[in-house]
Amino acid sequence: MSPLKIKKGSSRHSAYNLRPQFSDEQERHTLAVIVDNEPGVLARVIGLFSGRGYNIESLTVAEVDHTGHMSRITIVTTGTPQVIEQIKAQLGRIVPVHEVHDLTVEGPSVERELALLKVASEGDRRVEALRLADIFRAKVVDSTLGSFTFEITGAPEKIDAFADLMRPLGLREMARTGVAAMSRGA
Amino acid sequence: MTRQMTGAKMVVQALRDQGVDVVFGYPGGAVLPIYDEIFQQNDIRHILVRHEQGAVHAAEGYARSTGRPGVVLVTSGPGATNAVTGLTDALMDSIPLVVLTGQVPTFMIGNDAFQEADTVGITRPCTKHNWLVSDTRNLSDIIHQAFHVATSGRPGPVLIDIPKDVQFASADYTPPQKARVSHYQPQRKGDIEAITDLVAAIEKAKRPIFYTGGGVINSGPAASQLLRELVEATGIPITSTLMGLGAYPASGKHWLGMLGMHGLYEANMAMHGCDLMINIGARFDDRITGRLDAFSPDSIKAHIDIDPSSINKVVKTDIPIVGDIAHVLEDLLKIWKARGRKTNREAIARWWERIEEWRKVDCLSFKQQGPTIKPQYALSRLEALTRGRDRYICTEVGQHQMWAAQYLGFEDPNRWMTSGGLGTMGYGFPASIGVQIAHPDALVINVAGEASWLMNMQEMGTAVQYRLPVKQFILNNERLGMVRQWQELLHGERYSSSWSEALPDFVKLAEAFGAKGILCRDPADLDDAIMEMLDHDGPVIFDCLVEKHENCFPMIPSGEPHNKMLLGEASTRDAIKEGGAVLV
Repeated sequence: MSPLKIKKGSSRHSAYNLRPQFSDEQERHTLAVIVDNEPGVLARVIGLFSGRGYNIESLTVAEVDHTGHMSRITIVTTGTPQVIEQIKAQLGRIVPVHEVHDLTVEGPSVERELALLKVASEGDRRVEALRLADIFRAKVVDSTLGSFTFEITGAPEKIDAFADLMRPLGLREMARTGVAAMSRGA
Repeated sequence: MTRQMTGAKMVVQALRDQGVDVVFGYPGGAVLPIYDEIFQQNDIRHILVRHEQGAVHAAEGYARSTGRPGVVLVTSGPGATNAVTGLTDALMDSIPLVVLTGQVPTFMIGNDAFQEADTVGITRPCTKHNWLVSDTRNLSDIIHQAFHVATSGRPGPVLIDIPKDVQFASADYTPPQKARVSHYQPQRKGDIEAITDLVAAIEKAKRPIFYTGGGVINSGPAASQLLRELVEATGIPITSTLMGLGAYPASGKHWLGMLGMHGLYEANMAMHGCDLMINIGARFDDRITGRLDAFSPDSIKAHIDIDPSSINKVVKTDIPIVGDIAHVLEDLLKIWKARGRKTNREAIARWWERIEEWRKVDCLSFKQQGPTIKPQYALSRLEALTRGRDRYICTEVGQHQMWAAQYLGFEDPNRWMTSGGLGTMGYGFPASIGVQIAHPDALVINVAGEASWLMNMQEMGTAVQYRLPVKQFILNNERLGMVRQWQELLHGERYSSSWSEALPDFVKLAEAFGAKGILCRDPADLDDAIMEMLDHDGPVIFDCLVEKHENCFPMIPSGEPHNKMLLGEASTRDAIKEGGAVLV
């Protein structure tokens, strides 16, 4: 299946119709943005967020259609519903942006993130780290006599929880990819 | 059939195929091949400005007065950075421009070469889109796309950065018909359901008002025509932003005048008291709304705009309609007529009675007395002596700009060129040059303040070189009038750096450039002096010495709603509260 085949949402031109009433509550939304993979496109998106004072919690980008030179940017952002609608409308008017999908309002979706954690410890703490990694279905991808590097995949909260547990057990370094997300169903 | 040509030739060919007849520019090392091609043809006229900022504003004047995109050609580095103010101005006011910049050769990019700047990086936030052309094979395609992007949807400036080696190299030329079709195709037709909702609201409304903006003018002459038809047929009062003046004629029966911070009392009071606000191509700018939580508290708000991001940006809209104004108004009229042309006539008649009461305040009245010319008087006389002529007005930015908007009447769209969103001092003079290039036989007047005018006075050289009879009507108060007014209201009359010492003798300045200068200081001489300016076939600097401490009224003080307008000097004491003082 083509990675671009995601459900056609109405967010491109009329997203504001979805939400006639605005509240002042901060909401967390995950946006999938399909763009031409051309030089500067990421700078345009990031410049929009910094220039207009929007938040970025996480941002991932990679080319997903090599023949069509299309990339998919997944952005997790927070703001009031009015700000979220503005973000989508502003993204939609960037010229190389083809589609903007708000996965948070367009039905159920899955979010996954990958992280690498380097944990250096000895003795019982080393065994405990390995035991917890097993519970979290984290894989050991590198090991020395004094350390493990774990690879863990899951929702961001799961990675947060795993990192919290590893901290007292000798967490030295962590690298996270940021969220990749997709709507459920065909 | 394909045609091989150099990148430089391709630029000229693509411009020709896009119907471009004039380019405003300034040469330099990185665009020499393109200038060489321009030299060897006669279809496209090049206007040599005296500063790149002038080139961009001139192209804006050209674009605003014709509805066609303005084209600019400048060199790399400082040529491009000097264009940034004009690009930002055009972005804020939605003016279609195609700006071509030279760049150092591709193999030198990133090496801090002579006259190198990261042009696409610098201009990314101040263009609608921009391109760095890395291969001559893509060049003509990109130029055609650039024209498409600049003119479709909400118009705006685009920039194409062309390295010098790309200009020298050869490749096949792509004609416009074969250019890659851009996926960028903004929605033009409005949602019929939403338009029907608006018609239903119009049928019921007791106190409706049209609040129109620059979008009507950008949409084209058809939009203005349809707007006039709609206003006449429904009898609903109409006001407009600074950007939208001329879409509905100032002499029209339903015209309330401009609204906003220095708008007319009746227009602002009607906005405050309406029960249905129909925003057509305006964007609820802070100069218009005043205090947001008290902005038109009792109205249903409809908003027609081609840019979805304008809707619900600052004011919550009850009936949003995304689409091109002309298309939406056409559908709106059709549906309204089909449903029986209904309005709440008695209620609207009562609404007009209230408006007439507000009108009686006569908020623009002034008394010309004493030996000094009042700026309002100067503009009233300019209006009286030029009304009915084939006239285009540009302005700089400040008090004179607001007075021009208040005291001059605009009967048609594309006749009023002013820097609205960015408020760029120095805009008007080069813009007037662009307008005169596009309309060689028309009367083009730039209403200016002496401080703004000095910001781009080097363009006198351009005006004289091309024999452009632009009239520079300078209201000279030897002050930065609007800054001084705010210092008076906000900062205890401490006039920090807001007066001009060592002003030039404008008559001698005009003569130094080989143009005509006129000095006028006596109200009794004003009419004759204006006629002398109008009768002179060539550029004129008109130095009109006016009252130095005149304030611009009416005024909505910062942080206040529409119904808290200041009408004159007596009402200014403590007018701006602490909260309003932080606003600009």
